[in-house]
Amino acid sequence: MTAGVPAGSPARAGRSLPWTVRLERRLEVPRWLPFATTLGAVAVALLLSGLVLWVAGGDPIAIFGHILRSSFGSLGVLSDTLVKATPLILTGLACALAFRMRLWNIGAEGQFLMGAWGASAIVLFPVVPDGTPAIVTIPLMMAAGMAAGALYGAIPGVLRAVRGVNEIIVTLMLNYVAALWIAFWVFGPWSEGGFQLSRAFPPEAWLPRLSDAADVVPALSGLTVHLGLAFGLVAAVLVHFLLFRSRRGYEIRLIGDSPRAARYAGVNVARTTVIVFAMSGALAGLAGMSEVAGVVHRLQQAISPGYGFTAIIVAYIAKLHPYGVVVAAIAFGALILAGREIQPSGIPAMIQGIILFSLIASEALLRYRIRVVRRVA
Amino acid sequence: MATRLTRPLALLAAGALLVSACSSGGGSPAPSAGAACEAGAASGTEIPDIVQGTFNVAMVLIGPHNDGGWSQAHYEGLIYLCENMKGAHVAYIENVPEGTDSEQVFRSLSRKGFDFIIGTSFGYMDPMATVAEEFPDITYLHLTGYKSNGRNFGNLFGAIEDMKYLAGMLAGSRAKLDGNPRLGYMATFPIPEEIRLGNAIMLGAKKTCPECTMDVRWINTWHDPVKEKEAAASLFDAGAQVVFTGADTPAVADVAQEKGKWGVTYDHPGSCKVDACLTAPYWIWGPEYVRIAEQVKAGTYKAGYEYFDADSGAMGLFGFMEGQTPQPGIKDLPAADVQLVKDTLAKMLAGTFNRFDVFAGPITDNTGAVILAAGAKLQQSDLDQFPPGAEGNACTTCMKWFAEGINGELPQ
Repeated sequence: MTAGVPAGSPARAGRSLPWTVRLERRLEVPRWLPFATTLGAVAVALLLSGLVLWVAGGDPIAIFGHILRSSFGSLGVLSDTLVKATPLILTGLACALAFRMRLWNIGAEGQFLMGAWGASAIVLFPVVPDGTPAIVTIPLMMAAGMAAGALYGAIPGVLRAVRGVNEIIVTLMLNYVAALWIAFWVFGPWSEGGFQLSRAFPPEAWLPRLSDAADVVPALSGLTVHLGLAFGLVAAVLVHFLLFRSRRGYEIRLIGDSPRAARYAGVNVARTTVIVFAMSGALAGLAGMSEVAGVVHRLQQAISPGYGFTAIIVAYIAKLHPYGVVVAAIAFGALILAGREIQPSGIPAMIQGIILFSLIASEALLRYRIRVVRRVA
Repeated sequence: MATRLTRPLALLAAGALLVSACSSGGGSPAPSAGAACEAGAASGTEIPDIVQGTFNVAMVLIGPHNDGGWSQAHYEGLIYLCENMKGAHVAYIENVPEGTDSEQVFRSLSRKGFDFIIGTSFGYMDPMATVAEEFPDITYLHLTGYKSNGRNFGNLFGAIEDMKYLAGMLAGSRAKLDGNPRLGYMATFPIPEEIRLGNAIMLGAKKTCPECTMDVRWINTWHDPVKEKEAAASLFDAGAQVVFTGADTPAVADVAQEKGKWGVTYDHPGSCKVDACLTAPYWIWGPEYVRIAEQVKAGTYKAGYEYFDADSGAMGLFGFMEGQTPQPGIKDLPAADVQLVKDTLAKMLAGTFNRFDVFAGPITDNTGAVILAAGAKLQQSDLDQFPPGAEGNACTTCMKWFAEGINGELPQ
């Protein structure tokens, strides 16, 4: 896109309308504008999706109403939405953190899987015998998951920092390596009875869920929100603190905005690259741990329907803001969940796509303003 | 601030959307075979929900409901149920991955108040078991697994090895006639079920073609049209004359058509369309679903482990059932071979020949070891388990061997 292209060329002015429409580059972005365009983009997206639904023969209003009801309409479905949002919050934070520094970590999916593997190793090798109390097992699993994710994330970090290798390629490829690594363990050493799953974790390795208290409070029955959600919320606060209240965060943002300026300011870009990649990997790894310990309770293939990729979209929609990530993750959790409701499947994925592309398109409004110019005779 | 970030980021996000859309298996076109039964289906989209005052049945499918194979066979069973059971209302959810996602799907259907919920893939087993504990008033039927809680979570599967055995006879006969006694088996996962079916094919083929051998390819998926095509092509390229599929789509027959060879599809009679398709062992779920649903409604259903043979009427061999004509590839086969298939099929349908007769001694494995002496038979636990078998259901001659003639070793 080049700047300030006039939509109606002045050369042909004589016979056309008494005004022209111009796109002008904005010099300043009003504070309210990003929020307004985001809202507007979502509204346009819903309108477009509604149109598609209507053409496909559905009743858009009924379907949107149903999506809302089936993701937020009751305690039960709200709990399901939050369960879906949990891995998206953590992987979304992983992406947001790296993207802030213009490190394009496309590897959250792989780091998620490695985190799941690391956490599983604690009980499947086993590092601790069955029957070890949860107070020991769970922190060990968290540490192992984060460490595995961090190490896996550090690989592209080191390659980028030391050799200048493009991190997009490396992280993308490492996703496949991680998926095959999981496959190796569930087909081979950890397979249960020839099936492609590990044995179920002992209950001490399960993250507590709300429904665990159903004996005392019957209303909690079936609410599967687990401790992983708390990990996500705490992580969002920590990442926010890191980015906006710490010296390291200032450096990260400085590198992101202007690497050259950062270098002149004496920031060690290489070291920060490795550290940020490791932190990003640790967050995604924690997501993997939280998913196997909180939801699946075993290691198997297909523990992620692409959380690490959806996380990129979540981070984008959140404009890389940690608290925004939480909100966007919950919205996407709801869409994934409600998506199951509409048959045949595929329509909800389309809605997600339309929302994303509307948001990307709306970015143009942040950078350009539309001005109607009255022609002077 | 962030404007410098937005453009690459937007590209990334768009790319991510593509990736996640691909990995979710994609959508499927809309038309619904059950429009007559399903009032909501006429509109093109539907939302699975109960109808008060009816018997509400929900089905969860691993693939699209119109995949031309496994999922479609179940979906048609559901529609059959809807049309043949008074006061029944049905709904389905398709493309539900095994594992994490499915537990939420089963819980959500349960919360809505469905009376009877059917899950049609192996990996739904544990999620269904979990949800069944939370909703004791709902009955859950799981297919192809091995668990039951004895109350409201039961299991159902059938001995399609009967039909695979017959298809093996036909394939052996065909390969022998074509002068290339080599078969291929595109298997999904190295689990007892797939090994059992492969062995049944080989045992059948030996009846008509003692010199036949069979190659195996593991594709590690139940439903992946692209992967299935590639694996089938690889088997043909390696020299196979007839290739069997253990997966959900008719890809194997399409590839056979291109290569001028033969394919044997699976699951659904509609999968055997092209001339290169020799036959298809297939499922007829409707009557079984109606039978169990009636029991659930009446409160007489006993959840357990049900395993039916061909005499249940719930399976068929395409081209050989009443009212069907054999595929073109069958016509020039030796009459004696075709007669053997017809006679054995008649015995199966009459209930005098079942899975234990398919796996009757003498059987030798592909290392030369004797699996079963003449006159001996396998037990059910031997048919469906790896050593040592589940607790309380131990097997002695467990399903971890390949019959004589199969090239290859089992993954250890």
